[in-house]
Amino acid sequence: METLKKIAVPVGSIIAFLLFWEFIVWVNDWPNYKMASPSDLPPAFARYSHLFIEMGWQTLWRTVAGLGLAVLVGTLLGMAMGFSAIARDALYPLLVGFNAIPKATLVPVIALLFIGQHDFNTVLMAFLISFFPIAVSVGIGLSTLEPEYRDILRSLGASKVTIFRKIALPKTLPEFFGALKVSVTLAFIGTNLVEIVSPHGRGLGALFKSGETNGDYPLMFAVLIALAVLGIVLYYAVVALEKIFAGWAERPQS
Amino acid sequence: MTNLIEIKGVTHAYRTKAGPLPVLDNLNVSVPEGEFCAVVGPSGCGKSTLTRLVAGLMKPDQGEVWLHGERVTSPRKTVGMAFQNPVLLEWRTIIDNVILPLEIVAPRMPQRDREARAMHLLEMVGLKGFERKRPSELSGGMRQRASLCRSIVHKPDVLIMDEPFGALDAFTREDLWQTMRDLRAAEPFTCVLITHDLRESVFLGDQVIVLSGRPARTQHVLDVTLPADRRIDSLYTPEATEMLHLLREQIRIAQGRDGDLH
Repeated sequence: METLKKIAVPVGSIIAFLLFWEFIVWVNDWPNYKMASPSDLPPAFARYSHLFIEMGWQTLWRTVAGLGLAVLVGTLLGMAMGFSAIARDALYPLLVGFNAIPKATLVPVIALLFIGQHDFNTVLMAFLISFFPIAVSVGIGLSTLEPEYRDILRSLGASKVTIFRKIALPKTLPEFFGALKVSVTLAFIGTNLVEIVSPHGRGLGALFKSGETNGDYPLMFAVLIALAVLGIVLYYAVVALEKIFAGWAERPQS
Repeated sequence: MTNLIEIKGVTHAYRTKAGPLPVLDNLNVSVPEGEFCAVVGPSGCGKSTLTRLVAGLMKPDQGEVWLHGERVTSPRKTVGMAFQNPVLLEWRTIIDNVILPLEIVAPRMPQRDREARAMHLLEMVGLKGFERKRPSELSGGMRQRASLCRSIVHKPDVLIMDEPFGALDAFTREDLWQTMRDLRAAEPFTCVLITHDLRESVFLGDQVIVLSGRPARTQHVLDVTLPADRRIDSLYTPEATEMLHLLREQIRIAQGRDGDLH
């Protein structure tokens, strides 16, 4: 009964949303070159299914690669800021300033810098847009570690590496995964930004662009749905990892 | 009998923006091996600084701290610590929390032996059956019991406790005093207990040291004359009342309120 409810409620809300969408298009009598309706989507998916698989994969691996880079660099930056006040004072304004730049403005800069390196450009953008939350949350997680936690091991003569491995690292994991959930979505935006703004015929962004060029609205909306599905899949992949590595942080439900 | 802990002429000041803040002033404390030394004093008089010095977590500006005839200049494996906050690691089960010091102090000890040692202690403090639970599933008193087990699992020479029962309600606190007494009977260790609770200091201590207000000096040393096998009832005897009275008086002096009429 409980599991049925858990499945039925979200599925029901998705169906209600699609019906509402279909209704709005029908009641306004919009033609599908103005606004596509959900019933236009399955044919669009069927017609371009091979493109969706090929380009969906391109978007996915570039996003994941960018995210992987963001995890690596973000964690290292966060560690530097968490352990050293000097590093924190030095890095923080730079990071905040960099984060404030709308990333769309960086697309032409990167496209000119690494001309023709489309895969690299896209991965780089996914990374640039998504490392900030990870760096900040790891930094804060480490710098707010209560001194007593450190003292338990330090009073036994444990090394800094041991204290980091046994206490600081696991204690920061919940914050890290919280940031990673934000970063997943951001990385997706980064990938698509490059694929759409700097067209080079690869990824779901390029498919979207070609739909626009050809006035194929159902295709454009189908791409949006495909992006949403990929986003959901990646998000829940992070949630699953979080359950495995930081499941202890979840409060037991009463 | 040799003194296990010897604090000789320790003076220490913290550097703050408003200039140096002296917290300890020529402090002298000796604790013989196996003795339980309770330290009381006004708030903010430098009691916690004292624990950090004995644990080797910091060095005094002047003076010396000796443990077991060796001068303390850095942390050593033969010390156990417990704080007001039980600081259990939420991602570990209770038994894995208790084992933690052994992972540092005895890296080659087989896991089975570690668990046996931890189980033995958990049984003694009445946590049998809870060893696979997470800290968040336990009450405050139970968490502090687990924390006590962790602080003595590696059989330290010295147990340093900084207000370990301060955050507990009065009855749970009395339960834990008795647990502490039983643990000490089962595994002798030398103990320094920082506390604000005079009844606690008399119930657990062999000697009670009253520190003066900041910067702290040894103001008074009281030898507790209660029998070794104390009960909570022992606190309601005339002798205990007399000692508590004396300590209260000393605290009042330490707070600098000589002139007050109680």
